[in-house]
Amino acid sequence: MGLDFTVIPQYLDIVLWGALWTILITLGAATVSFIGGMFLAVIALYAPLLVRLPFRAFAFLFMGTPLLLQLFLIYFGLVQVGIDVPAVMAGIIGLGLHFAVYNSELFQTGILAVDKGQVEAARTVGLSRMQALRKVVVPQAVRDVIPPIGNNMISLLKDSALVSVIGVSELTLSAQRAIGSTYRPFEFYVLVAVIYYIINLFMEAVQRRVERRVQASR
Amino acid sequence: MQRVFPFFLEAAWITVLLSVLTTILGLIFGAIGASARMSRFALFRFLGAAYVSVFRGTPALIQLFILYFGGPQIGIQLDAFQAAVIGLGINAGAYMAETMRGAIIAIDKGQIEAARTVGLSRFQTMRYVVLPQAMRLMIRPLGVNINAMIKATALVAAISVVELTYTAQRFIGSTYKPFEMFLIAGVLYMIIIYITGQAVSWLDRKARIN
Repeated sequence: MGLDFTVIPQYLDIVLWGALWTILITLGAATVSFIGGMFLAVIALYAPLLVRLPFRAFAFLFMGTPLLLQLFLIYFGLVQVGIDVPAVMAGIIGLGLHFAVYNSELFQTGILAVDKGQVEAARTVGLSRMQALRKVVVPQAVRDVIPPIGNNMISLLKDSALVSVIGVSELTLSAQRAIGSTYRPFEFYVLVAVIYYIINLFMEAVQRRVERRVQASR
Repeated sequence: MQRVFPFFLEAAWITVLLSVLTTILGLIFGAIGASARMSRFALFRFLGAAYVSVFRGTPALIQLFILYFGGPQIGIQLDAFQAAVIGLGINAGAYMAETMRGAIIAIDKGQIEAARTVGLSRFQTMRYVVLPQAMRLMIRPLGVNINAMIKATALVAAISVVELTYTAQRFIGSTYKPFEMFLIAGVLYMIIIYITGQAVSWLDRKARIN
Protein backbone atom coordinates (compact mmCIF):
# COMPACT_ATOMS: atom_id res chain seq x y z
CA MET A 1 0.00 0.00 0.00
CA GLY A 2 1.69 3.19 -1.20
CA LEU A 3 1.02 6.74 -0.18
CA ASP A 4 -1.90 8.76 -1.47
CA PHE A 5 -2.29 12.23 -0.06
CA THR A 6 -5.28 13.01 -2.32
CA VAL A 7 -7.61 11.46 0.31
CA ILE A 8 -6.92 14.38 2.64
CA PRO A 9 -9.14 17.18 1.19
CA GLN A 10 -12.29 15.12 1.71
CA TYR A 11 -11.61 14.84 5.44
CA LEU A 12 -9.94 18.19 5.95
CA ASP A 13 -12.94 19.76 7.68
CA ILE A 14 -13.03 17.00 10.33
CA VAL A 15 -9.32 17.42 10.99
CA LEU A 16 -9.53 21.21 11.17
CA TRP A 17 -12.43 20.99 13.63
CA GLY A 18 -10.18 18.74 15.68
CA ALA A 19 -7.43 21.37 15.48
CA LEU A 20 -9.86 23.99 16.77
CA TRP A 21 -10.71 21.74 19.72
CA THR A 22 -7.02 21.19 20.41
CA ILE A 23 -6.53 24.95 20.58
CA LEU A 24 -9.56 25.39 22.88
CA ILE A 25 -8.45 22.55 25.16
CA THR A 26 -4.93 23.97 25.30
CA LEU A 27 -6.27 27.42 26.21
CA GLY A 28 -8.64 25.98 28.83
CA ALA A 29 -5.97 23.79 30.42
CA ALA A 30 -3.46 26.66 30.29
CA THR A 31 -5.88 28.82 32.28
CA VAL A 32 -6.44 26.07 34.86
CA SER A 33 -2.68 25.46 35.11
CA PHE A 34 -1.96 29.17 35.56
CA ILE A 35 -4.54 29.83 38.28
CA GLY A 36 -3.98 26.43 39.89
CA GLY A 37 -0.21 26.90 39.79
CA MET A 38 -0.45 30.27 41.51
CA PHE A 39 -2.81 28.83 44.13
CA LEU A 40 -0.48 25.87 44.80
CA ALA A 41 2.54 28.16 45.02
CA VAL A 42 0.92 30.43 47.60
CA ILE A 43 -0.15 27.39 49.65
CA ALA A 44 3.31 25.83 49.44
CA LEU A 45 4.93 29.04 50.68
CA TYR A 46 2.48 30.52 53.16
CA ALA A 47 -0.07 27.93 54.35
CA PRO A 48 0.27 26.22 57.76
CA LEU A 49 1.94 22.80 57.72
CA LEU A 50 -1.29 20.83 58.07
CA VAL A 51 -2.72 22.43 54.92
CA ARG A 52 0.60 22.29 53.11
CA LEU A 53 1.25 18.58 53.55
CA PRO A 54 -1.62 17.11 51.50
CA PHE A 55 -0.82 19.56 48.70
CA ARG A 56 2.85 18.60 48.85
CA ALA A 57 1.88 14.93 48.55
CA PHE A 58 -0.32 15.78 45.56
CA ALA A 59 2.49 17.72 43.86
CA PHE A 60 4.98 14.94 44.57
CA LEU A 61 2.67 12.32 43.06
CA PHE A 62 1.87 14.42 40.00
CA MET A 63 5.49 15.26 39.26
CA GLY A 64 6.66 11.69 39.58
CA THR A 65 4.10 9.93 37.40
CA PRO A 66 3.20 10.09 33.69
CA LEU A 67 0.46 12.42 32.50
CA LEU A 68 -1.34 9.60 30.70
CA LEU A 69 -1.69 7.67 33.97
CA GLN A 70 -3.05 10.81 35.66
CA LEU A 71 -5.60 11.26 32.88
CA PHE A 72 -6.86 7.71 33.44
CA LEU A 73 -7.10 8.39 37.18
CA ILE A 74 -9.07 11.61 36.71
CA TYR A 75 -11.37 10.32 33.99
CA PHE A 76 -12.26 7.03 35.66
CA GLY A 77 -11.84 8.36 39.19
CA LEU A 78 -14.43 11.10 38.71
CA VAL A 79 -16.89 8.58 37.32
CA GLN A 80 -16.12 6.32 40.27
CA VAL A 81 -17.06 8.96 42.84
CA GLY A 82 -20.24 9.64 40.91
CA ILE A 83 -19.20 12.81 39.06
CA ASP A 84 -20.01 12.12 35.44
CA VAL A 85 -18.12 14.78 33.52
CA PRO A 86 -17.74 14.79 29.75
CA ALA A 87 -14.35 13.57 28.51
CA VAL A 88 -13.43 17.09 27.37
CA MET A 89 -13.77 18.41 30.91
CA ALA A 90 -11.78 15.51 32.35
CA GLY A 91 -9.09 16.21 29.75
CA ILE A 92 -8.92 19.92 30.56
CA ILE A 93 -8.85 19.26 34.31
CA GLY A 94 -6.19 16.54 33.95
CA LEU A 95 -3.90 18.57 31.69
CA GLY A 96 -4.52 21.69 33.79
CA LEU A 97 -3.68 20.02 37.11
CA HIS A 98 -0.59 18.33 35.69
CA PHE A 99 0.84 21.61 34.45
CA ALA A 100 -0.37 23.52 37.53
CA VAL A 101 2.10 21.48 39.55
CA TYR A 102 4.94 22.38 37.19
CA ASN A 103 3.89 26.05 37.05
CA SER A 104 3.66 26.13 40.84
CA GLU A 105 7.37 25.31 41.09
CA LEU A 106 8.13 28.26 38.81
CA PHE A 107 5.82 30.65 40.68
CA GLN A 108 7.45 29.66 43.98
CA THR A 109 10.90 30.60 42.68
CA GLY A 110 9.43 33.81 41.27
CA ILE A 111 7.78 34.80 44.55
CA LEU A 112 10.90 34.03 46.57
CA ALA A 113 12.96 36.14 44.16
CA VAL A 114 10.98 39.30 44.96
CA ASP A 115 12.96 41.40 47.42
CA LYS A 116 11.77 41.03 51.04
CA GLY A 117 12.21 44.75 51.56
CA GLN A 118 9.31 45.39 49.21
CA VAL A 119 6.91 43.39 51.38
CA GLU A 120 8.13 45.22 54.47
CA ALA A 121 7.68 48.55 52.71
CA ALA A 122 4.17 47.60 51.58
CA ARG A 123 3.26 46.54 55.14
CA THR A 124 4.68 49.78 56.55
CA VAL A 125 2.58 51.80 54.12
CA GLY A 126 -0.45 50.06 55.60
CA LEU A 127 -1.22 47.16 53.24
CA SER A 128 -2.35 43.91 54.85
CA ARG A 129 -0.29 40.73 54.29
CA MET A 130 -2.81 39.57 51.70
CA GLN A 131 -2.77 42.92 49.91
CA ALA A 132 1.02 43.04 49.87
CA LEU A 133 1.07 39.57 48.36
CA ARG A 134 -1.62 40.29 45.80
CA LYS A 135 -0.62 43.78 44.71
CA VAL A 136 3.15 43.84 45.16
CA VAL A 137 4.70 40.38 45.15
CA VAL A 138 2.58 38.34 42.74
CA PRO A 139 2.59 40.80 39.82
CA GLN A 140 6.39 40.90 39.84
CA ALA A 141 6.70 37.15 40.31
CA VAL A 142 4.41 36.56 37.33
CA ARG A 143 6.48 38.83 35.13
CA ASP A 144 9.70 37.05 36.06
CA VAL A 145 8.43 33.56 35.33
CA ILE A 146 6.63 34.24 32.05
CA PRO A 147 9.40 32.80 29.83
CA PRO A 148 9.65 29.38 31.55
CA ILE A 149 5.85 29.21 31.86
CA GLY A 150 5.71 29.79 28.10
CA ASN A 151 7.84 26.66 27.69
CA ASN A 152 5.38 24.72 29.86
CA MET A 153 2.47 25.93 27.74
CA ILE A 154 4.20 24.72 24.57
CA SER A 155 4.64 21.31 26.25
CA LEU A 156 0.97 21.47 27.18
CA LEU A 157 -0.02 21.85 23.53
CA LYS A 158 1.93 18.73 22.59
CA ASP A 159 0.69 16.76 25.58
CA SER A 160 -2.91 17.68 24.74
CA ALA A 161 -2.65 14.88 22.13
CA LEU A 162 -2.87 12.43 25.05
CA VAL A 163 -6.48 13.31 25.84
CA SER A 164 -7.43 11.49 22.63
CA VAL A 165 -6.77 8.30 24.59
CA ILE A 166 -9.65 9.06 26.98
CA GLY A 167 -11.90 9.81 24.03
CA VAL A 168 -11.75 13.59 23.62
CA SER A 169 -12.42 14.54 19.99
CA GLU A 170 -9.45 16.78 19.40
CA LEU A 171 -6.91 16.82 16.59
CA THR A 172 -5.41 13.38 17.20
CA LEU A 173 -8.73 11.61 17.60
CA SER A 174 -10.19 13.37 14.56
CA ALA A 175 -7.29 11.95 12.53
CA GLN A 176 -8.07 8.52 13.93
CA ARG A 177 -11.67 8.92 12.77
CA ALA A 178 -10.51 9.80 9.25
CA ILE A 179 -8.12 6.85 9.33
CA GLY A 180 -10.96 4.59 10.42
CA SER A 181 -12.74 5.17 7.14
CA THR A 182 -9.76 5.56 4.78
CA TYR A 183 -7.16 3.14 6.26
CA ARG A 184 -4.46 5.74 5.55
CA PRO A 185 -2.68 6.26 8.89
CA PHE A 186 0.57 7.63 7.46
CA GLU A 187 -1.06 10.46 5.49
CA PHE A 188 -3.34 11.63 8.29
CA TYR A 189 -0.82 11.37 11.13
CA VAL A 190 1.70 13.34 9.07
CA LEU A 191 -0.99 15.95 8.37
CA VAL A 192 -1.75 16.15 12.09
CA ALA A 193 1.97 16.44 12.93
CA VAL A 194 2.23 19.36 10.49
CA ILE A 195 -0.75 21.10 12.13
CA TYR A 196 0.71 20.62 15.63
CA TYR A 197 4.03 21.93 14.34
CA ILE A 198 2.39 25.08 12.93
CA ILE A 199 0.52 25.79 16.19
CA ASN A 200 3.79 25.16 18.01
CA LEU A 201 5.69 27.66 15.82
CA PHE A 202 2.94 30.20 16.39
CA MET A 203 3.16 29.76 20.17
CA GLU A 204 6.94 30.12 20.04
CA ALA A 205 6.56 33.38 18.11
CA VAL A 206 4.08 34.71 20.68
CA GLN A 207 6.42 33.65 23.47
CA ARG A 208 9.34 35.56 21.89
CA ARG A 209 7.21 38.70 21.59
CA VAL A 210 6.01 38.51 25.18
CA GLU A 211 9.57 37.92 26.36
CA ARG A 212 10.76 41.05 24.55
CA ARG A 213 7.98 43.07 26.17
CA VAL A 214 8.88 41.72 29.60
CA GLN A 215 12.53 42.53 29.05
CA ALA A 216 11.59 46.09 28.07
CA SER A 217 9.39 46.59 31.15
CA ARG A 218 12.23 45.87 33.57
CA MET B 1 -4.99 -6.53 45.28
CA GLN B 2 -2.57 -9.45 45.63
CA ARG B 3 -3.94 -10.86 42.42
CA VAL B 4 -2.99 -7.84 40.32
CA PHE B 5 0.40 -7.21 41.87
CA PRO B 6 2.43 -9.75 39.86
CA PHE B 7 1.07 -8.20 36.65
CA PHE B 8 2.23 -4.78 37.79
CA LEU B 9 5.72 -6.08 38.60
CA GLU B 10 6.02 -7.65 35.19
CA ALA B 11 4.79 -4.41 33.60
CA ALA B 12 7.31 -2.41 35.65
CA TRP B 13 10.06 -4.60 34.23
CA ILE B 14 8.88 -3.75 30.69
CA THR B 15 8.91 -0.04 31.62
CA VAL B 16 12.48 -0.40 32.92
CA LEU B 17 13.54 -2.24 29.77
CA LEU B 18 11.91 0.42 27.58
CA SER B 19 13.59 3.19 29.57
CA VAL B 20 17.05 1.64 29.34
CA LEU B 21 16.85 0.91 25.61
CA THR B 22 15.34 4.32 24.86
CA THR B 23 18.07 6.06 26.87
CA ILE B 24 20.80 4.26 24.92
CA LEU B 25 19.17 5.08 21.59
CA GLY B 26 18.44 8.64 22.70
CA LEU B 27 22.09 9.20 23.64
CA ILE B 28 23.22 7.91 20.24
CA PHE B 29 20.71 10.07 18.32
CA GLY B 30 21.47 12.99 20.61
CA ALA B 31 25.21 12.76 19.90
CA ILE B 32 24.57 12.56 16.16
CA GLY B 33 22.11 15.47 16.32
CA ALA B 34 24.44 17.65 18.40
CA SER B 35 27.40 16.93 16.08
CA ALA B 36 25.29 17.74 13.04
CA ARG B 37 24.13 21.02 14.58
CA MET B 38 27.72 22.08 15.22
CA SER B 39 29.14 20.80 11.94
CA ARG B 40 31.30 22.88 9.59
CA PHE B 41 28.93 22.02 6.75
CA ALA B 42 25.76 24.05 6.35
CA LEU B 43 23.78 21.06 5.08
CA PHE B 44 24.49 19.03 8.25
CA ARG B 45 23.71 22.05 10.42
CA PHE B 46 20.38 22.42 8.65
CA LEU B 47 19.54 18.72 8.98
CA GLY B 48 20.48 18.74 12.66
CA ALA B 49 18.38 21.83 13.36
CA ALA B 50 15.43 20.36 11.42
CA TYR B 51 15.64 17.10 13.40
CA VAL B 52 15.63 18.91 16.74
CA SER B 53 12.89 21.35 15.75
CA VAL B 54 10.49 18.82 14.20
CA PHE B 55 10.81 16.15 16.89
CA ARG B 56 10.56 18.66 19.73
CA GLY B 57 7.79 20.58 17.96
CA THR B 58 5.30 17.74 17.47
CA PRO B 59 3.70 15.39 20.02
CA ALA B 60 5.68 12.22 20.75
CA LEU B 61 2.39 10.31 20.57
CA ILE B 62 1.92 11.33 16.92
CA GLN B 63 5.52 10.36 16.13
CA LEU B 64 4.84 6.92 17.59
CA PHE B 65 1.61 6.60 15.57
CA ILE B 66 3.34 7.58 12.32
CA LEU B 67 6.04 4.96 12.91
CA TYR B 68 3.81 2.15 14.16
CA PHE B 69 0.58 2.59 12.15
CA GLY B 70 2.01 4.48 9.15
CA GLY B 71 5.29 2.57 8.93
CA PRO B 72 3.90 -0.44 7.00
CA GLN B 73 2.75 1.93 4.21
CA ILE B 74 6.34 2.97 3.56
CA GLY B 75 7.79 -0.51 4.07
CA ILE B 76 8.68 -0.30 7.78
CA GLN B 77 7.25 -3.30 9.62
CA LEU B 78 7.82 -3.14 13.37
CA ASP B 79 6.11 -4.84 16.28
CA ALA B 80 4.74 -2.56 19.02
CA PHE B 81 7.77 -2.90 21.30
CA GLN B 82 10.27 -2.18 18.53
CA ALA B 83 8.26 0.82 17.37
CA ALA B 84 8.09 2.04 20.99
CA VAL B 85 11.86 1.89 21.52
CA ILE B 86 12.74 3.42 18.14
CA GLY B 87 10.03 6.10 18.29
CA LEU B 88 10.78 7.18 21.86
CA GLY B 89 14.53 6.94 21.22
CA ILE B 90 14.42 9.30 18.24
CA ASN B 91 12.19 11.67 20.21
CA ALA B 92 14.44 11.64 23.29
CA GLY B 93 17.48 12.13 21.02
CA ALA B 94 16.12 15.50 19.85
CA TYR B 95 15.95 16.76 23.45
CA MET B 96 19.30 15.24 24.36
CA ALA B 97 20.97 16.80 21.30
CA GLU B 98 20.09 20.25 22.65
CA THR B 99 21.38 19.34 26.11
CA MET B 100 24.69 18.07 24.70
CA ARG B 101 25.11 21.11 22.45
CA GLY B 102 24.42 23.39 25.41
CA ALA B 103 27.15 21.71 27.47
CA ILE B 104 29.65 21.85 24.60
CA ILE B 105 29.14 25.54 23.83
CA ALA B 106 29.45 26.31 27.53
CA ILE B 107 33.16 25.44 27.34
CA ASP B 108 35.32 28.56 27.18
CA LYS B 109 36.26 29.50 23.61
CA GLY B 110 39.73 30.57 24.77
CA GLN B 111 40.56 26.94 25.57
CA ILE B 112 39.70 25.85 22.05
CA GLU B 113 41.82 28.62 20.57
CA ALA B 114 44.71 27.72 22.89
CA ALA B 115 44.50 24.04 21.94
CA ARG B 116 44.44 24.90 18.25
CA THR B 117 47.43 27.25 18.67
CA VAL B 118 49.40 24.50 20.41
CA GLY B 119 48.89 22.44 17.25
CA LEU B 120 45.95 20.14 18.04
CA SER B 121 43.62 19.41 15.14
CA ARG B 122 39.92 20.29 15.33
CA PHE B 123 39.15 16.68 16.14
CA GLN B 124 41.87 16.39 18.78
CA THR B 125 40.70 19.62 20.43
CA MET B 126 37.19 18.18 20.67
CA ARG B 127 38.41 14.78 21.86
CA TYR B 128 40.99 15.85 24.48
CA VAL B 129 39.96 19.35 25.56
CA VAL B 130 36.27 20.08 25.01
CA LEU B 131 34.48 16.76 25.45
CA PRO B 132 36.05 15.65 28.76
CA GLN B 133 34.80 18.89 30.33
CA ALA B 134 31.47 19.02 28.50
CA MET B 135 30.67 15.42 29.49
CA ARG B 136 30.85 16.45 33.13
CA LEU B 137 28.54 19.40 32.53
CA MET B 138 25.92 17.37 30.68
CA ILE B 139 25.36 14.58 33.22
CA ARG B 140 22.77 16.44 35.32
CA PRO B 141 20.74 17.99 32.47
CA LEU B 142 20.76 14.63 30.66
CA GLY B 143 19.39 13.19 33.90
CA VAL B 144 16.48 15.63 33.60
CA ASN B 145 15.91 14.46 30.00
CA ILE B 146 15.95 10.82 31.12
CA ASN B 147 13.49 11.56 33.94
CA ALA B 148 11.05 13.09 31.43
CA MET B 149 11.63 10.18 29.06
CA ILE B 150 10.81 7.54 31.68
CA LYS B 151 7.43 9.23 32.14
CA ALA B 152 7.03 9.45 28.36
CA THR B 153 7.30 5.65 28.10
CA ALA B 154 3.67 5.67 29.31
CA LEU B 155 2.68 6.83 25.80
CA VAL B 156 3.41 3.43 24.33
CA ALA B 157 0.35 2.14 26.19
CA ALA B 158 -1.50 3.76 23.26
CA ILE B 159 0.12 1.30 20.82
CA SER B 160 -0.70 -1.49 23.32
CA VAL B 161 2.73 -2.28 24.73
CA VAL B 162 1.93 -3.94 28.04
CA GLU B 163 3.88 -1.63 30.36
CA LEU B 164 2.86 0.05 33.62
CA THR B 165 0.29 2.52 32.33
CA TYR B 166 -1.33 -0.01 30.01
CA THR B 167 -1.57 -2.45 32.91
CA ALA B 168 -3.05 0.20 35.20
CA GLN B 169 -5.59 1.13 32.53
CA ARG B 170 -6.53 -2.53 32.04
CA PHE B 171 -7.09 -3.13 35.76
CA ILE B 172 -8.96 0.16 36.20
CA GLY B 173 -11.33 -1.21 33.57
CA SER B 174 -11.75 -4.61 35.23
CA THR B 175 -11.67 -3.72 38.96
CA TYR B 176 -13.26 -0.23 38.93
CA LYS B 177 -10.63 0.89 41.44
CA PRO B 178 -8.98 3.79 39.61
CA PHE B 179 -7.29 5.32 42.63
CA GLU B 180 -5.72 2.08 43.90
CA MET B 181 -4.44 1.11 40.46
CA PHE B 182 -3.06 4.62 39.96
CA LEU B 183 -1.23 4.41 43.28
CA ILE B 184 0.36 1.03 42.55
CA ALA B 185 1.58 2.14 39.11
CA GLY B 186 2.53 5.59 40.43
CA VAL B 187 4.67 4.20 43.26
CA LEU B 188 6.44 1.86 40.83
CA TYR B 189 7.16 4.78 38.47
CA MET B 190 8.51 6.84 41.35
CA ILE B 191 10.78 3.99 42.46
CA ILE B 192 12.19 3.72 38.92
CA ILE B 193 12.66 7.50 38.70
CA TYR B 194 14.21 7.67 42.17
CA ILE B 195 16.78 4.96 41.41
CA THR B 196 17.63 6.62 38.09
CA GLY B 197 18.03 9.97 39.87
CA GLN B 198 20.40 8.39 42.42
CA ALA B 199 22.44 6.83 39.62
CA VAL B 200 22.72 10.20 37.86
CA SER B 201 23.82 11.92 41.10
CA TRP B 202 26.41 9.21 41.69
CA LEU B 203 27.81 9.62 38.16
CA ASP B 204 27.84 13.39 38.60
CA ARG B 205 29.77 13.17 41.89
CA LYS B 206 32.24 10.71 40.40
CA ALA B 207 32.81 12.99 37.40
CA ARG B 208 33.47 15.94 39.70
CA ILE B 209 36.11 14.12 41.75
CA ASN B 210 38.16 13.16 38.68
